[in-house]
Amino acid sequence: MLEIKNLHASVEDKEILKGINLKVNAGEVHAIMGPNGSGKSTLAEVIAGQEEFEVGEGSILLEGEDLGELSPEERAHKGVFLSFQYPVEIPGVSVTNFMKTAINESRKAKGLEDMPANEMLKKIREKSEMLEIDRKFLSRSLNEGFSGGEKKRNEIFQMAMMEPKLAILDETDSGLDIDALRIVANGVNKLRGKDNAIIVITHYQRLLEYIVPDFVHVLHNGKIVKSGTKELALELEEKGYDWLKEDAVV
Amino acid sequence: MAYTEEELKKELETKEYEYGFYTDIESDTLPKGLNEDIVIAISKKKEEPYWMTEWRLEAFRAWQEMEEPEWANVKYKKPDFQDISYYSAPNKKPKYNSLDEVDPELLETFKKLGISVDEQKKLAGVAVDIVMDSVSVATTFKKTLAEKGIIFCSISEAIQEHPELVKKYLGSVVPQKDNFYAALNSAVFSDGSFCYIPKGVRCPMELSTYFRINQAGTGQFERTLVVAEEGSYVSYLEGCTAPMRDENQLHAAVVELIALDNAEIKYSTVQNWYPGNSEGKGGVFNFVTKRGLCEKNAKISWTQVETGSAVTWKYPSCILKGDNSIGEFYSIAVTNNFQQADTGTKMVHLGKNTKSTIISKGISAGQSQNSYRGLVQVNSRAENARNFSQCDSLLMGNRCGAHTFPYIEVKNKTAQIEHEATTSKIGEDQIFYCNQRGIDTEKAIALIVNGFSKEVLNKLPMEFAVEAQKLLEISLEGSVG
Repeated sequence: MLEIKNLHASVEDKEILKGINLKVNAGEVHAIMGPNGSGKSTLAEVIAGQEEFEVGEGSILLEGEDLGELSPEERAHKGVFLSFQYPVEIPGVSVTNFMKTAINESRKAKGLEDMPANEMLKKIREKSEMLEIDRKFLSRSLNEGFSGGEKKRNEIFQMAMMEPKLAILDETDSGLDIDALRIVANGVNKLRGKDNAIIVITHYQRLLEYIVPDFVHVLHNGKIVKSGTKELALELEEKGYDWLKEDAVV
Repeated sequence: MAYTEEELKKELETKEYEYGFYTDIESDTLPKGLNEDIVIAISKKKEEPYWMTEWRLEAFRAWQEMEEPEWANVKYKKPDFQDISYYSAPNKKPKYNSLDEVDPELLETFKKLGISVDEQKKLAGVAVDIVMDSVSVATTFKKTLAEKGIIFCSISEAIQEHPELVKKYLGSVVPQKDNFYAALNSAVFSDGSFCYIPKGVRCPMELSTYFRINQAGTGQFERTLVVAEEGSYVSYLEGCTAPMRDENQLHAAVVELIALDNAEIKYSTVQNWYPGNSEGKGGVFNFVTKRGLCEKNAKISWTQVETGSAVTWKYPSCILKGDNSIGEFYSIAVTNNFQQADTGTKMVHLGKNTKSTIISKGISAGQSQNSYRGLVQVNSRAENARNFSQCDSLLMGNRCGAHTFPYIEVKNKTAQIEHEATTSKIGEDQIFYCNQRGIDTEKAIALIVNGFSKEVLNKLPMEFAVEAQKLLEISLEGSVG
């Protein structure tokens, strides 16, 4: 599904990613953990095509296709989805209208007609029920006045609607109380499938109790310094990151 | 690839005015310049009665004594009023009963504008009175309206056919001497529309007029008068586009609305005069006086979408004279490149329990300047007057400006006045968020701008709202910073 080879990225001449290698197969869930400033969010945004970052060496392949020259919207059309850590507000644009536009733009890129209104409504109903989202919520302006939990749940709703091949969840657990966390995690679990892959970026092991990863990677100072199975997350919870930082120097 | 800021700017600057073309129709044009003889000549050409000629002359004499106002937040080279021709009319008279008889070249013009008259005719409930270079050349749906006793015709025709109504109401809300441009308009107005809704009648269709400037160096001076008798209702739509020009064209219109007891007038405008090129050369000067008078329990709503003109100076206002009367102003003003807009409203509360609402949305891009100027005035006898004002500005890039000049004068302590204002910028984070969901930058801007403008767009009649949305997209294509 996704293959990242020796990826380097910098912003304003400051190198943040210093040679990332990562391979994610269809059907897998990978967790990326690491301390603040290790480059987790940068990695997510670089995969999504945020042009603020200068990509130096290395490549990102999605199903064998190099994403390097593609714009963020083209990557989205290919099936890359980013659940934002801080979703932005767009006043006056309802969640429904936003999703309708997003889905139809992706269809247009594939040479398809707009999704018929009844099909769209059916899909919205299905996905909102699955994520326990009140229908009234969908006619509100995108993220405007949403609580932290509502924003994150809305991101997962969008993921459900877009049905991406590769979903990257950037700190989806931050700002969530335990009930909201459970709902969001349940939603993500329902979206797991053999044909898609999910990358979960998080500080804490807590989220991984709900979304159980197949693999865990530790990012430190722009590099993956350790990879393992879900047990690694528990070890990190117990020991912190410091012991790995020392390793990284070697 | 997504846009970089530089690419966007370049694209924005090279965007040509979509409707910049010129129709070659023979014209009957008066020599340039303005004096009493010209005023008399205009009146004569229009075969006006003596009282009308006198009325114009009175205005002209007042105008000569007046100074061009300079208080607006706009800078421009003042027009040379002696270098303008004050009258031009399409040559081929007489008027037509059906559009098939209309000059095919004129119909072609409308096609280019995307305003297919044929389509307009078919559009359920829309009567179109087209003002082409100052003289109406086609009026439709007149018969249906006549059955209800509604008069919808050119102002020239109204002067001939309904002199008692015109005499009674013309200048009653905007007097000849009201201001520099209103005085000029009163002296030389060449045509415009007249609309009269009889007592208790609800106008069954949206009334619509398309204006268009067509002759090089010809100022256009429209005069519109709408009278809604007691308990009547009318919705009036006005839309304009103009062809590309190198020299500045002056447009000084006057619109007067009279809503008698329990009457309601909804007046909607989509304005798209030529804004000048990317260097700020050319473009229309739009100096407009629009004012409505509300009697008891009456309501007037102004809705405007302003995307064009090099310079806009326009304050659709309501005089809330009658008790319980209501005034509303909903506005979207877009400026790009070197456009300058100074626009807003005046709500004058005279009667008891009068209410007014002001929602203004300003969108600035390029190096443009966009000002909101509004006055809320509560008279000493206006018990329990209420006003709510909201002024929002959206900026694109770092070289444009948004300004707000709210004036509040309250002489009655029972008044309740609320004012809210916000300024925001289309952020790169908003664009990236949309991009990440598969929405390209152009579409993302359209989405954000439409969201920003939604409260006002919602006030427009359906078919007009669609047109307005398109205009917003055209005016702002690719602008973000």
